[in-house]
Amino acid sequence: MSDYNFAYLDEQTKRMIRRAILKGLAIPGYQVPFASREMPMPYGWGTGGVQVSAATLTPEDTLKVIDQGADDTTNAISIRKFFEKTAKIATTEKTSSASVIQTRHRIPEEQLTEDQILVYQVPIPEPLRFLEPSEIETRKMHALEEYGLMHVKLYEDISRHGAIATSYAYPVKVEDRYVMDPSPIPKFDNPKMEMAAIQLFGAGREQRIYALPPHTKVVSLDFDDFPFEPSKADYSCDLCGSENSYLDEVIVDDEGGRIFVCSDTDFCSSRQAINSELTYE
Amino acid sequence: MYVAVKGGEKAIDNAHLWLAEERRGDVSVSELSLKQITEQLGLAVNRVMAEGSLYDRELAALAIKQSRGDLIEAIFLLRAYRTTLPRFGTTKPINTNNMSCLRRISATFKDAPGGQILGPTFDYTHRLLDFKLEADGENLTAAQAETAIDKEIPHITNYLNKEGLIKEEELTGSEPQDLTREPLEIPAKRPLRLQSLARGDEGFVLGMAYSTQRGYARNHAFVGELRVGMVSVEMEIPELGFSIEIGEIEVTECETVNQFHGSKTEPPQFTRGYGLVMGHSERKAISMALVDRALCWKELGEDDLGAPVQDEEFVLYHADNIQATGFLEHIKLPHYVDFQSELELIRKLRREADERNDTQEAAE
Repeated sequence: MSDYNFAYLDEQTKRMIRRAILKGLAIPGYQVPFASREMPMPYGWGTGGVQVSAATLTPEDTLKVIDQGADDTTNAISIRKFFEKTAKIATTEKTSSASVIQTRHRIPEEQLTEDQILVYQVPIPEPLRFLEPSEIETRKMHALEEYGLMHVKLYEDISRHGAIATSYAYPVKVEDRYVMDPSPIPKFDNPKMEMAAIQLFGAGREQRIYALPPHTKVVSLDFDDFPFEPSKADYSCDLCGSENSYLDEVIVDDEGGRIFVCSDTDFCSSRQAINSELTYE
Repeated sequence: MYVAVKGGEKAIDNAHLWLAEERRGDVSVSELSLKQITEQLGLAVNRVMAEGSLYDRELAALAIKQSRGDLIEAIFLLRAYRTTLPRFGTTKPINTNNMSCLRRISATFKDAPGGQILGPTFDYTHRLLDFKLEADGENLTAAQAETAIDKEIPHITNYLNKEGLIKEEELTGSEPQDLTREPLEIPAKRPLRLQSLARGDEGFVLGMAYSTQRGYARNHAFVGELRVGMVSVEMEIPELGFSIEIGEIEVTECETVNQFHGSKTEPPQFTRGYGLVMGHSERKAISMALVDRALCWKELGEDDLGAPVQDEEFVLYHADNIQATGFLEHIKLPHYVDFQSELELIRKLRREADERNDTQEAAE
């Protein structure tokens, strides 16, 4: 096949996805079923995010793709190349220059603006899935706002471990209504979800889209006496010195020596650039 | 000093080149042609077409070649191609009564109108490696160049139907949903279940079917009829106002006859399971019929025995090998952000546990 429609998907399909997105925006946190297509990359590798991005992108857009916060991880490169090839749009690694950002497992450190759209790749959109395997049951639970099971799970964590033992994909409640899976971002990122940008979530294999309009109320589940705590490694970045960005631990030698570096590569490298300018002056 | 993991782009390009080289193998060995694959690996082509949900032998052969014989990868290639194809319309339902049968057998009657046609089958071969095939240049012709039977062969289950012994399947007249155009919603109607099974993974459907034979929601099945052959595909052309034949496809159809002792709503009678697969694929068609029958428990008012094969959500959500393999293999992708948060958590929990132990020891 030599010729692709803009952003790969045909217009009918994009229209179907846009309708699902609009419905998702109208009911924040509600999982909208959509007829996910087979994409030329495997399910579980971001097909939901790719379909949402394809339906969202216009020829004027600038796209950034990150995986684990980094632009140069293999799958981020693969997805970025996919859109370069099929949509011929501009791409960037700079968070502030992007109009659409597709992400897996992170929210950028830099604050997003109302001109931006953040698209999440979601593996399991159902926050209740690991408590109740049946989709029929979980849909019922959402409809009836029956979230007791989730609170029991969090309570059991506290009674066993003295803390809530969920460190990523930490469940949130949206506008006091739907309990939502924030995708497997570290809970450090949860507070950032109340933002100016539009947030869209695509789960291809599970055929679900959900969304958060700008400035939607997003509360991480907790208890009064055990409040939610975003956490990160208790260090600062060994490359840029940031003390409040999310850090990855990197093993650097055979003795288990390690350093901590920002997971957000754009954030880290722009800070490093500023630091080196300061040193030269 | 640590250098961030750069160079992913180059690594990907190089990996692709290496893959292409591996695919080709030793260049002193002549390259496989698509014709060789369609002609000599026909059953692999059939499986890829069936689970790829696209009837095109050439493209399936190309996919097999490109995937180095990894059939699930080949199915994936075909599926990804298939989504980009425009839909012109829907054909009329195929009529398997008019199948020109290569093979047609019944395990329930010794003989029946139309006869038993053994056809090309592995069934009664001795599974001994045939070292003659190692040498090239074999040239065989079947002893009797029997052509396919072209006359209409009625279905065996119809004979049972005349006596009212087998449950009548009602025509609903409603348009079946399209699994590839609408999200799967549970509970699903039978046409949707059959669609899902028809493109489901052969191994998964086989395993599910086997579990019913071994006693998980046991429902003894007789192969009422298994037929393999070509059927014509007709389509109504709006401009013409009538339907014309647009081509022929090979399909395998299996109808099982299952015992049924009756329920609150239904009298004792035979019931049937149904399997239809593109291409010649008997194992898949029979498996599909068994699973189909097991999934009909609700309509027939049978008991829920809690068997996996009765759980429609379990079966339909896990039958698709493209979904399954994608999700399974995605754990190869980097997960270091999540893993980092787990590291922090486990360190914190251990620290707290240690502190608790220390204070306890001090108190003792």
